[in-house]
Amino acid sequence: MNFHPHALWALAGVFGILILATPAAHLIEKRRQLPTAGELTLRVRSWWIMVSLFSAAVLLGATVTTWLLGFISFLALKEYLSLIPTRRSDRRVLFWAYLTIPLQYYWAAIGWYGMFIIFIPVYALLVISARKVLIGETEDFLRSMGTIHWGLMMTVFSISHAAYLLALPEDVAPAGGVGLLIYLVLLTELNDVAQYVWGKRYGRRKVVPRVSPGKTWGGLIGGCATTLAVALASAPFLTPLNPIEAVGAGLIIGLSGFLGDVVISAVKRDIGIKDSGSLLPGHGGILDRVDSLTFTAPLFFHYLYYLYY
Amino acid sequence: MKDWPKLLFFTCIVRPLVLIILGLNIRHRQHLPATGPAIVVANHNSHLDTLVLMSLFPLAQLQRLRPVAAADYFMANPLLAWFATRVIGIIPIERKNRDGHHDPLAPVQAALEQGDIIIIFPEGTRGQPERMQKFKSGVIHLAKAHATAPIIPVFLHGLGKSLPKGEGLLVPFFCDVFVGPALYWQGDRTLLMQQLEQQMEALASEQGHAAWD
Repeated sequence: MNFHPHALWALAGVFGILILATPAAHLIEKRRQLPTAGELTLRVRSWWIMVSLFSAAVLLGATVTTWLLGFISFLALKEYLSLIPTRRSDRRVLFWAYLTIPLQYYWAAIGWYGMFIIFIPVYALLVISARKVLIGETEDFLRSMGTIHWGLMMTVFSISHAAYLLALPEDVAPAGGVGLLIYLVLLTELNDVAQYVWGKRYGRRKVVPRVSPGKTWGGLIGGCATTLAVALASAPFLTPLNPIEAVGAGLIIGLSGFLGDVVISAVKRDIGIKDSGSLLPGHGGILDRVDSLTFTAPLFFHYLYYLYY
Repeated sequence: MKDWPKLLFFTCIVRPLVLIILGLNIRHRQHLPATGPAIVVANHNSHLDTLVLMSLFPLAQLQRLRPVAAADYFMANPLLAWFATRVIGIIPIERKNRDGHHDPLAPVQAALEQGDIIIIFPEGTRGQPERMQKFKSGVIHLAKAHATAPIIPVFLHGLGKSLPKGEGLLVPFFCDVFVGPALYWQGDRTLLMQQLEQQMEALASEQGHAAWD
């Protein structure tokens, strides 16, 4: 196995953060005098499970990691389709929508870029419209096609960009495709946490009060600054980016991560729910966790692809 | 080991199907009975309902779980009958018993006597997906005859979207499983039916559900 030490160090760093965060969460909740394990403890516990699963997949190689990312897409799409209004006449179309997942991740795994990049925006769009028209139900036709295809773009097409990082030529980045994937996921999730923490501590003025009252300028700026610093510091070990480009990557991930988060918040608000599910105790559903990744994965990928591949 | 088809079916097919392909959003799991006799009452939208309810219990309880199902449907041919009775473990009952000479629920009574956990759908049919119908009174008869057996109401949502009546293609959806606190027979039929219906309504309104028509 040619697993690069830099990637190992990055994973070890994440576990280090978790080891520190676990007692910190207990202390914070003890100070607030909560009788039982609170939200924060649950959240850290879920992080342990997610980080362990991700690390195990990464250590087992590109194939297993691609399967894991495909499975995340499946969970996210299923959660989305369970939340939006659907109809009995949509069932066949929804079934076809699920079938795009193995295909899209297969294109990513074999590195067929041309197919990977048009499969969902072009073929899935057309096939789903055609399948839908053959069912013959025209009422709410546009709404149902629009919502199904938007869901596919966000939960399958966007997230599959993370898997394609593994299929990029190995010798360009210092820790290969795995290093790039760790860089993307680490910065995206770190950005979420940093925006939350800075927002709790210094947040006052709200950015988008009508969509997500929890998002403040303090959180956004503090979070982006943290992400930027880590992006800059870790770029030489995990990516081919020079310092100026790394600042760009940090900004892209920081800002678009925020946007992905509020876009999913807006969708949830539209549907009238708070959490997208209950799969991850303390976080909510899978969409609550991968919301920022739906923006950061394609944007970071294409930034990198334009510059180096 | 006469129960190996059942164990095999539930570990290798039902659990992966229910937990991975579908995915459950379970609330108040602590209300589920740890031992029999008990009567689990749920709304009915899909063949998946029985499999989901059975997979909520530990495998060690599998032999104790007895779904009550319509004989006219499940005993229609020998293969289905073998599957329904030996692999799932249903108690077949006659839906259309008009002669009045014998109690169609007698085999269910016997199972409760033995300490089994009964799963029953008082709507009597899957009907229109995701539309709850009036409960039939058979469950009240059971409760009256076994006053010590708790009645546990379970509200299911989403399975009628995954596999509604008359469809062969399974489409994955997350499914809600909301378990209510146990009810007991208190000597009044209408009171118990009222409580049961109120419980189901309360569970159904715990969370808004995406429109489906």
